Amino acid sequence: MDLAYTEKQQAFRAEIRSWLAANIPASPLQSFDTAEGFAQHRQWEAKLNEGHWGMVTWPQAFGGRGCDLIDWLIFEEEYYRVRAPLRVNQNGIFLLGPTLMEYGTAEQKARILPKMACGEEVWAQGWSEPNAGSDMAAIRARADLKGDSYVINGQKIWSTRAVWADWLFGMFRTDPDSERHRGLTFILVPLDTPGITVRPIPQLDGLPGFAEVFFDDVEVAVENRLGDEGAGWQVAMATAGFERGLMLRSPARFQETARRLVELYKANSGSADRDPGVRDAVIRAYIDAESYCLATYQTACRLGQGGKIGAESSTNKIFWSELDQDMHATAMSILGARAELLPHAPEAVGVGTWLDGWLFSQSGPIYAGTNEIQRNIIAERMLGMPR
Amino acid sequence: MDFTFSEDQLLFQSSVREFLVGEVTPQRIRASWERDDGRDPDLWQQLTELGLVGLTVPEAFGGLAMNELDFVLLAQECGYVALSEPLVHTALVAVPMLRELGGELAATWLPRIAAGESKVLVGLQQNLVVEDAHVADLLLLQQGDALYALTQDDIELRFNESVDPSRRLYAVTIRPGAEPIARGERAAQLAAAALDRGALGCAAQALGLAQRMVDLAVSYSKDRQQFGKPIGTFQAVKHLMANVAVRLEYARAPVHRAAYSIARGDGVAPRAVSQAKLLACEAANLAAKHSIQVHGAMGYTWEVDLHIFMKKAWALANTWGDAGFHKARVADYIFSEGAQLGAGATFAGASA
Ligand SMILES: Cc1cc2nc3c(=O)[nH]c(=O)nc-3n(C[C@H](O)[C@H](O)[C@H](O)COP(=O)(O)OP(=O)(O)OC[C@H]3O[C@@H](n4cnc5c(N)ncnc54)[C@H](O)[C@@H]3O)c2cc1C
Repeated sequence: MDLAYTEKQQAFRAEIRSWLAANIPASPLQSFDTAEGFAQHRQWEAKLNEGHWGMVTWPQAFGGRGCDLIDWLIFEEEYYRVRAPLRVNQNGIFLLGPTLMEYGTAEQKARILPKMACGEEVWAQGWSEPNAGSDMAAIRARADLKGDSYVINGQKIWSTRAVWADWLFGMFRTDPDSERHRGLTFILVPLDTPGITVRPIPQLDGLPGFAEVFFDDVEVAVENRLGDEGAGWQVAMATAGFERGLMLRSPARFQETARRLVELYKANSGSADRDPGVRDAVIRAYIDAESYCLATYQTACRLGQGGKIGAESSTNKIFWSELDQDMHATAMSILGARAELLPHAPEAVGVGTWLDGWLFSQSGPIYAGTNEIQRNIIAERMLGMPR
Repeated sequence: MDFTFSEDQLLFQSSVREFLVGEVTPQRIRASWERDDGRDPDLWQQLTELGLVGLTVPEAFGGLAMNELDFVLLAQECGYVALSEPLVHTALVAVPMLRELGGELAATWLPRIAAGESKVLVGLQQNLVVEDAHVADLLLLQQGDALYALTQDDIELRFNESVDPSRRLYAVTIRPGAEPIARGERAAQLAAAALDRGALGCAAQALGLAQRMVDLAVSYSKDRQQFGKPIGTFQAVKHLMANVAVRLEYARAPVHRAAYSIARGDGVAPRAVSQAKLLACEAANLAAKHSIQVHGAMGYTWEVDLHIFMKKAWALANTWGDAGFHKARVADYIFSEGAQLGAGATFAGASA
């Protein structure tokens, strides 16, 4: 065990730090759940990619740096430290990209990855359907092979960023007689294909962060199938796989929230201390964010040495999403009567972006597999409790 | 950056686990409750022969010269079996204090410890009572601003019975005439280091205790049937245990980090220890709370083994610094001017 960064790691940190200092947008971008903000974030992705910072863990051949998970954690630390823009490209570069590298054909990789990397093509995910939420195997949207194309009919819902995205990846039922996990196929769909209707759904903040996607005889060339027909579930599990779970929410994000929470508390301690629970909650936030970081480093090091991660990764999702909710709840308590005010309200002095964060933190325990589903997985697959 | 244990360390852990699980059974623990001094000399002998008692004693004095990081995984295993013998106390607290004191004291007592001939224990003001003072051949005791090295002739003991029958606790009075071995700053430094080590020992044992309670409850949930099926199939029961698993999963790395900091002597150690102890003891207390619930009335009995682990967990949470003490230390840091917080700060003070 040696908890000091190597010289190479320190140099890497210095490099990304100075690149960010020179390139970060002068003022915060607008929300990527607006048309203008989406375009700004797309540009930012292009800039990141130019500097080969788009996805440091991608192989060099695809525009990455071939970094290990520790470098990735360092990258994220520097990224969140300066509050660089959120990643509009996340679905593509974190989820689909690695899956394509594993399951895609050479032609697919060459065709898709470069445009994904530079933000020219932004991806949405299409798993959920009105009647297939936690129970993803209940997917009904159909894709029927006719000649060289799949003809898709049905509906997806809650598709993040689908309003302005260019492509959607997801699972469709290719065998109409199949049930549950069988007969599903992983297909990549250009969102401008005729027959597709995207209906924006406003989220808690009123902005259309996700959408319903309707498919009406949508023809998609068979070359857009990822993996074998009927193997969709396996490919999807790789996309949602354990290691990816680790990368979805890096510790840096929550450590920065904890740091800002300490600052908020210090700036308001006179009023905040009237509720003695607040101080305790701030201390807890710091301790838990630290432990999330320590545990993630430990796992990353273990994986780097060839270790495996299994169902215990479900603890990760629960831990960060509840931490995030708790931290924002504490911030709301500290802000008191100002907490409900939108940032542009005249009396909203010193409220920062806490309200936005509070709203978004409500979704953490729901998306990417609800925390109840994660608890089922932990109990059955990690602890071995009976089904 | 390598936050993993070496293959040797992991191998040592699993062989010690195998030994402890085989030898330190609940029956054996219960048998030692019946003895006057509550201790098990045969077991101490076995632990000595395995080299565990002298693990942190320098080679020159007959030990294995290992450090806190080597020992922390073993301390977890001691927790897993609720070992009553003062092994963690010896290896993690008493031996390092003697090493630090050096000179005559170290030269006399370290070889005896490693040989299993003598027990040396430490009593701090932070602790209301002293663990196992009755079996101490030498007691390193902090009192006032001084530190004393005392034999049984120098002290009077008043027994304090604990909820955990394995723990033998004593209030210690020093008879007139004893001379301190350190005073003032030096005594305070020695005691502070001992407190961190003792707290690390509690944290590591708490991890093992929590794991044991989870294992007991999970196993019970597979056997016990109600409504025609194992209670472990009920989601309410599953989620109780899953919640423990989450807290336990995120308590481990902080304990390992604390052990690293102590072994390397970096300035981060006090707050790293405090965080670790808070997290690990909380996880163990949660494991106790949910495990007894999963056992139903069985869990509320003396008969069922769960209470052996539960009671130790409760006790460890408030000794070697209670939760208030450790939380205050973390708070003092994070609310201080110039505290390094946020992304990238976690390993800033780690020395190579
Ligand atoms: C912000 C956000 C972004 C999202 N982005 C996407 C996206 O890009 N693409 C996409 O496909 N989907 C997306 N989703 C959808 C998300 O994957 C689903 O919301 C999630 O899988 C839960 O499904 P559901 O909403 O239908 O809830 P339901 O499955 O109806 O669950 C409702 C409640 O019942 C509980 N429940 C259900 N089954 C069980 C069970 N077996 N045991 C215990 N409790 C159970 C759930 O935990 C939950 O509390 C997004 C959701 C959110 C909130």
